Amino acid sequence: MAEITKRNKALSVSPLKASQTLGAALAFLGFHRAIPMLHGAQGCTAFGKVFFVRHFREPIPLQTSAMDQIAAVMGSDENVVEGLKAICSKNTPSLVGVPTTGLAETQGSDVVMAVKEFRQKYPEYNAIPVVPLSTPDFSGCLESGFAKAVEAIITTLVPDAESAGTQPGKRPRQVNVLVNASLTPGDLEALKDTIELFGLRPVVIPDLSDSLDGHLPDEDFSPLTIGGTLVSEMATLGDSLATLVIGASLHAAADALHKKTGVPDYRFEHLMGLEANDQFVHTLHTISAEPVPAKLQRQRAQLQDAMLDTHFMLGLSRFAIAADPDLLNAFSQLLAENGAYTVAAVAPSNAAVLARVATDKVHIGDLEDLEKAADANEAEVLICNSHGQETALRLGIPLLRAGFPQYDLLGGYQRQWIGYTGTRQTLFDLANILLSLEKGEIHPYQSIYAQKRDGEVTHTRH
Amino acid sequence: MMKSKDIAALLDEPACSHNKKEKSGCARPKPGASAGGCAFDGAQIALLPIADVAHIVHGSIACAGSSWDNRGTRSSGSRLFKIGMTTDLTEQDVIMGRGEKRLFHSIKQAIDNYSPSAVFVYNTCIPALIGDDIEAVCKSAQERWGTPVVPIDCAGFYGTKNLGNRIAGDAMVKHVCGTREPDPLPYGAESDTFKVHDVNLVGEYNIAGELWHVLPLLDHLGIRVLCTLSGDARFHEVQTMHRAKVNMMVCSKAMLNVARKLEDSFGSKWFEGSFYGVADVSKALRDFARLIEDPYLTARTEALIASEETRINKALEPWRKRLQGKRVLLYTGGVKSWSIVSALQDLGMTVVATGTKKSTEEDKARIRELMGENTKMVEDGSPRSLLNIVRDYKADILIAGGRNMYTALKARIPFLDINQEREFGYAGYEGMLELAKQLALTVESPIWQAVRKPAPWAISKEAAHG
Repeated sequence: MAEITKRNKALSVSPLKASQTLGAALAFLGFHRAIPMLHGAQGCTAFGKVFFVRHFREPIPLQTSAMDQIAAVMGSDENVVEGLKAICSKNTPSLVGVPTTGLAETQGSDVVMAVKEFRQKYPEYNAIPVVPLSTPDFSGCLESGFAKAVEAIITTLVPDAESAGTQPGKRPRQVNVLVNASLTPGDLEALKDTIELFGLRPVVIPDLSDSLDGHLPDEDFSPLTIGGTLVSEMATLGDSLATLVIGASLHAAADALHKKTGVPDYRFEHLMGLEANDQFVHTLHTISAEPVPAKLQRQRAQLQDAMLDTHFMLGLSRFAIAADPDLLNAFSQLLAENGAYTVAAVAPSNAAVLARVATDKVHIGDLEDLEKAADANEAEVLICNSHGQETALRLGIPLLRAGFPQYDLLGGYQRQWIGYTGTRQTLFDLANILLSLEKGEIHPYQSIYAQKRDGEVTHTRH
Repeated sequence: MMKSKDIAALLDEPACSHNKKEKSGCARPKPGASAGGCAFDGAQIALLPIADVAHIVHGSIACAGSSWDNRGTRSSGSRLFKIGMTTDLTEQDVIMGRGEKRLFHSIKQAIDNYSPSAVFVYNTCIPALIGDDIEAVCKSAQERWGTPVVPIDCAGFYGTKNLGNRIAGDAMVKHVCGTREPDPLPYGAESDTFKVHDVNLVGEYNIAGELWHVLPLLDHLGIRVLCTLSGDARFHEVQTMHRAKVNMMVCSKAMLNVARKLEDSFGSKWFEGSFYGVADVSKALRDFARLIEDPYLTARTEALIASEETRINKALEPWRKRLQGKRVLLYTGGVKSWSIVSALQDLGMTVVATGTKKSTEEDKARIRELMGENTKMVEDGSPRSLLNIVRDYKADILIAGGRNMYTALKARIPFLDINQEREFGYAGYEGMLELAKQLALTVESPIWQAVRKPAPWAISKEAAHG
């Protein structure tokens, strides 16, 4: 069990953390025709927009309640009401999320109350679901904000089984899939494919692979998301056969869904590595009562072969990882499964899952902490978001980009890490990085008596 | 084309103990049941590490195309040997007999563009068959451009890789050794009690740079390596090989002809040894001192061995604990069949069987000495047979050449590559540390459990049916 050490210095240097507010906004972006409106000052949204635009290389629908000086002092509920009205009247979205920022929370804004006011004042927009939630940036991180939004969306949009008459298994091929912030659109595509191989119909919540997968749509502009989970699906979750939960950060959201619907759930902390995917595939096999398709068995055998081929490089190799808790845990488990060590681990905020990270010590901190730990423990490779580049340069070790943001890598958002196939590619990439280090390389030595005379031109006549 | 009597002469190696036996290591290959390389392969492998030479493969593309730049040998300077050069003969060249002309121009091009210290021309099957006279081409090219051009007549069909090694060694002795005197020693290198002695290392290929673990030891002792044949060598070093007092045959009998011919012509003594394992490194150093017969050198050697052994044994201690009692099946050629055994035993491992396909009676005697009378000697190196032995003898790891690697891995058996293509150097005292690390890395890896375990759905099916 990993020992968790807390932040122990005043200044955060080269921060690893992205805010909860952004995480919540991202979850809303996984719904069709949705738009998040961050309740805070304009800058909160502007920075967030740039953050996601650079990562996904896509236009990002993101609005703001635009709190100004007066609102900050006199109260900002009015900003929420008017903001919602503007969005609803202009764009007729299918879903509006209202995550709060640190400013709104500190000012004492009650966003739930503000939304109620909006309903009273503008009943003509009652059909448009609005999900308010509290996600101040002074606690948590991107991952926890994302998870909170999933929970809030479930609480707001999924009806109680009793009142709605939903019944687990009424839709015998439908499975709910709750996914955490660390799964990329590429991961989600692979995840859906795998589930469909068992004749099941996955409803992914939220489905970023349908909205931010980087496809060129016919429409030239949309102020709202152009894909994602249909909001109407949320009413059917109670009829599903089962719920699959990927990521420890989603436990509260999974509890909420289970409480509302009674649909049995199966929880997985991550889907990296052979063991994790075996458990996942086995679960699909059990709930669908279908045999494991030959295609998956083949992928499994391919992963095993890759484990053999790469263990020469991965064995005893030393990694430094900085990532949100679920992703950190996933990588550490994958590395441990393949004989590699996580010798430096940093997460931006605490979570229960950190105790299960396969390493001695997890530090809650920043990239400076990571750099020190990586240096002290002789890490050979860094796994981190794009901000790790400078750290890696200073450490003189290579960087594998993972997590948010990846602004200097094309296609980072589309990369598949999970499943048998994603794990296989990850192992190859890690092994190639390790090969490039020329480990065990013996430094050239010329004898003090050497007759080598390198550099002399030995032949002259033409 | 080489005359069959010349090939027979090369195959008859009086210094080789195989010669005494009916069954020779250089027997004809068996159609349909051969795995080793050809004479060209052997010759190229033996000489390619000479770094500042333009190595031209005269032939159609398959010979150079599938073999250039694929070995783990390293150079401390010139990288010319890393550039693949071939005449890449076309159908027209073959039909019209233009091979010689193309070769002549190829040599010029290599000299013009790369200023090599020398050009080596490797003959291959097709030009040998169509009768290209590469010796004559090399001779006239050398006269024309003033750069040494050495023919290596090593068409694949002449025989095995081992024969190719000999052809290569023979070409060096015949065309290169003795064409230059060694450089004078650096000023002040010698004193009354410290004389520098010249030696050669024959059959040392500097795989993964492992020679660089050994050279500092020799420097310390005042032993000058005139030339390694051929790891990290330069052409003008090969030219001076005849002046060595002692030749060490490193882990290989393949180029015994070089040692014997240098002994016959120049009186150089020689011995066989290995730089693998603490005991063998020390033994090789002592053998140099013994043959050189300089009491000061002997004293320096003993002092160096004492301090190095103390140092490395301390460093190896934690690894020995991890490897203690692990069982090894070793399948490798000739000298290594016992030299590596002692290295592994030194690490606390148990060698359950060793390959003896290329070993001499002398090698086998050493094996019995090390492993006991009843030790399993493996003649049949087929994948099936190796896997059976791993299973029957409960070996934890197979140590063999790279071509057996995927046999082992597919059978979910830990593996260590000990041959030419490997990426890690195991020679010298320092190399033992790397060997121990690589052994622990694969033996202790958690993946073996993971890849041997059946899928969970397969287990539940068994349970249901059981």
